[in-house]
Amino acid sequence: MRKRHRGPFDEPPESNLTRFLPAISVMLGSCVTLWPTIASFPFLPPIGLLMLLAWRLIRADALPVWAPLALGLFDDLVAGQPFGLAITTWTLCFFMIDLIDERLVFRDFWQNWLIAAGGTAFYLISGRFVAVPFGAHVDTVLLPQVFASIMLFPVVSLLCAWLDRDYEPA
Amino acid sequence: MASSNNRRPGFSRRAHYGVFASYVFAVAGALVGAILLALSYFDPNTFGAARTAVAEVTAPISSSSGAVGRSIGAVPEWIGTYLMVHDQNAVLRKQVVADRALMMRARSINYENRRLKALLAMRERIGVPVVSARLVSSSPTSARRFVVLNAGSWQGVERGQPVLGPDGLIGQVVESGPNTARVLLLTDPESSVPVRRTRDGLPALAVGRGDGLVDVRSVSNAAATFAPGEVFVTSGAGGVYPPNVPVAKVLRHGRDIVLAETVMRASTLDFALVQRAFLPPPPVPVATPVAAAVPKP
Repeated sequence: MRKRHRGPFDEPPESNLTRFLPAISVMLGSCVTLWPTIASFPFLPPIGLLMLLAWRLIRADALPVWAPLALGLFDDLVAGQPFGLAITTWTLCFFMIDLIDERLVFRDFWQNWLIAAGGTAFYLISGRFVAVPFGAHVDTVLLPQVFASIMLFPVVSLLCAWLDRDYEPA
Repeated sequence: MASSNNRRPGFSRRAHYGVFASYVFAVAGALVGAILLALSYFDPNTFGAARTAVAEVTAPISSSSGAVGRSIGAVPEWIGTYLMVHDQNAVLRKQVVADRALMMRARSINYENRRLKALLAMRERIGVPVVSARLVSSSPTSARRFVVLNAGSWQGVERGQPVLGPDGLIGQVVESGPNTARVLLLTDPESSVPVRRTRDGLPALAVGRGDGLVDVRSVSNAAATFAPGEVFVTSGAGGVYPPNVPVAKVLRHGRDIVLAETVMRASTLDFALVQRAFLPPPPVPVATPVAAAVPKP
């Protein structure tokens, strides 16, 4: 296909880095689990998922609808969760946000936070039920982990907004 | 912030089809993901190959950043030991004197033990070390307790081999790639190790809880009582773990099921020794060859 000549009033084409920045930052977020520490109980918030939700909630066109499939696959491979958990739950999170967007005309930050809280809690709690037997004593450590993840969302959201500072909407 | 409406991209039919196709793709992918999840629920090791392939790439990153973290983290300790060295020296001297008598007794018991075993002509297996390597990273977001070991099948590490630390048992290898392996810690909810009490040999199981501790469950018929401080070592039953490796120390008084902490604390894990499985798995049965009628020359 021949490239169309760019007119003087057309926006400049997006560079590759700005196009893939959201995906790269989510993958780096997933890689936080590679930090060399031997955990005796689950304490680390799912940074990859928080990044993903922050990007989706800050700028809806940052990632395509199918992006959580690929990013979830990567997260499953590094995070040690049962394979397929992130693929499924992250995509469901995106669908839920789409449904919420149908209802809400306008979202403010508190609503973003609430939605992200629901998404992270959904991921961590379904992970608990798939990964370990029902009788395991992980709930007392799971709840602080969920709480910490929810409290971390504003920071991650700020980080995404900072990474996105050069983006100009068309 | 305005709500997204990327579902209605204007009047372009092509753009409409593009959005529709991406949703179809996402839904199909989510269904495939659900199937993968179901597969890994019923057989957790299904996708071990893919995971270990990624671990091959990530383990060097973890191990090198670990070296940096350790050298920075060690600075306060250096300063501390430098300041405390005099007091520590006195305490250690006292302890050496106290331990000397104990060690003499232990030596003589050890000698006697060896002689008695020789008298009984007992056939004993010893744990054959495979490799010692560093534990580089773990699964801090997941409820499972996995650790990545910086050695794999090229170094002889195989699935099912026990992993030991300097003071006691760490866990068992569950997946092994060329240069990395995944180790299931004792504290994982799916882990269960046959143990016995050092004091009287009471048989029990050390079952992981998932919150960093283990449950010691008595498997004898008589009601068992536990007291804090009792130490449990592997019994060697089942043939995976070598006997007499310290596993857990009881935390509370209790009956039948009691809370215990592992002897190897997760925060202190760095190097681990992988041993050959104590007893090799039984050979795969082969069909008895049927004698075929051989024509006589």
